[in-house]
Amino acid sequence: MISRRAEPVRVLVTKLGLDGHDRGSRVVAAFLRDAGMEVIYTSPWQDVTAVVQLALQEDVDVVGVSSLATDHLLVPKLTEALAQAGLGHIRVVVGGIVPDEDESMLKRSGVSHVFHPGSTREEIVAEVDALARAARRERDGD
Amino acid sequence: MSQALSRTERIAALMNGDPAALARAISDVERQRPAARSTLEAIQPHLGRARVIGVTGVPGAGKSTLISRYVTELRRAGRRVGVVAVDPSSPISGGAVLGDRIRMAEHATDPGVFVRSLASRGHAGGLSPTATHVVDLMDAAGWDRIIVETVGAGQGEVDIADAADVRIVVSAPGLGDDVQALKAGILEIADVLVVNKADLAGADQTAAQLASMLALRAEHARDVSICKTTATTGQGVAELAVIVETRLAAGDSRRGCAAQRARRMVATAAGNLLTRELRELEAPWLQEICERLQRGQSDLESAARAVLRSAKLVDE
Repeated sequence: MISRRAEPVRVLVTKLGLDGHDRGSRVVAAFLRDAGMEVIYTSPWQDVTAVVQLALQEDVDVVGVSSLATDHLLVPKLTEALAQAGLGHIRVVVGGIVPDEDESMLKRSGVSHVFHPGSTREEIVAEVDALARAARRERDGD
Repeated sequence: MSQALSRTERIAALMNGDPAALARAISDVERQRPAARSTLEAIQPHLGRARVIGVTGVPGAGKSTLISRYVTELRRAGRRVGVVAVDPSSPISGGAVLGDRIRMAEHATDPGVFVRSLASRGHAGGLSPTATHVVDLMDAAGWDRIIVETVGAGQGEVDIADAADVRIVVSAPGLGDDVQALKAGILEIADVLVVNKADLAGADQTAAQLASMLALRAEHARDVSICKTTATTGQGVAELAVIVETRLAAGDSRRGCAAQRARRMVATAAGNLLTRELRELEAPWLQEICERLQRGQSDLESAARAVLRSAKLVDE
């Protein structure tokens, strides 16, 4: 019998601030795609307002921010702006170079997960998938 | 927007132009949630205010960049602009990287522009299975110019033919034998042929080739505009906007009949399901049919007919 296929989760992969090192975000975008996700990919140098409008219009479940040069310090502004836009269900994850002391600060600001160097593809896919499904359940209330 | 909103409130918010309500309604359609049906039904009486511009063409011709500039023109004219950008899904994983927004960054904070990226999800006509519903939702939400960008395969994207009021086919010089590729299929559906990257050598030649191909066509089929643009600088895009508006004003809507479109979409969707199932199905009868074909005891059409006779694939 023909079964229904699960709906792909939607993930935004982006970079905030002035750092343009986007190799990491490209690699992640590619393997999330290969895991069956629909990945909305932006160029680096996004600002918070643009990311919020984009996340809203594209109705993503997860926003992944790649940060290699301290731009993760902008992420609390993003989680706050998402909440203000009524998008508090969207899970935010950060990947890249994040010092331990900043990780707890990010978590307190609402970041769901921080991926450090050495995170495997399987870990990232599994975590993003679980977060996306949680976000969708929270928003849809079912 | 809180999740406490009732279905009726959500539809009202959608029609009031609330972008969050629109985003969510699109997702409902994409995910085939039950809510989508009632929404699509409720908006039916309010459709037809928007004008739909389809943009297609070979990959690398500059469709996304051109659209971004064209959106700037439309915004200058005070239009609220919706963009539906379709990118291919991987046939292997079903996933997709949707990157058309990279070229539209200049509109990233403009609330008068609503961009939604769709994955083609195995649909072969250049659009996604839900693209026309997404257009309807944007129409109902008050976006008055809706641009639909197809998967850039350059051939056979005839879906756009009856989903848009005006169809723009984009090509560029130096993309190999692109004019040849254009011949098969999509040239027939063009209202406006754009030669983009007009600053490159060979642009005039490409335009001339297109013009001579048009001249060979039947008289009634020759009403096609040719226009040169350089999307990176914006050169020629204002002229393109004027051409499109003139056609729209002339009532130049060839947006096809909904019944026809529905028929084709159902046919495609059923075909996709069947293909997927037959690739994965483990059944002795199917194996036998394939072996007969391999041994040369059957031809392909007979084998396919035998499959359709034997297959009872859904029970719901």
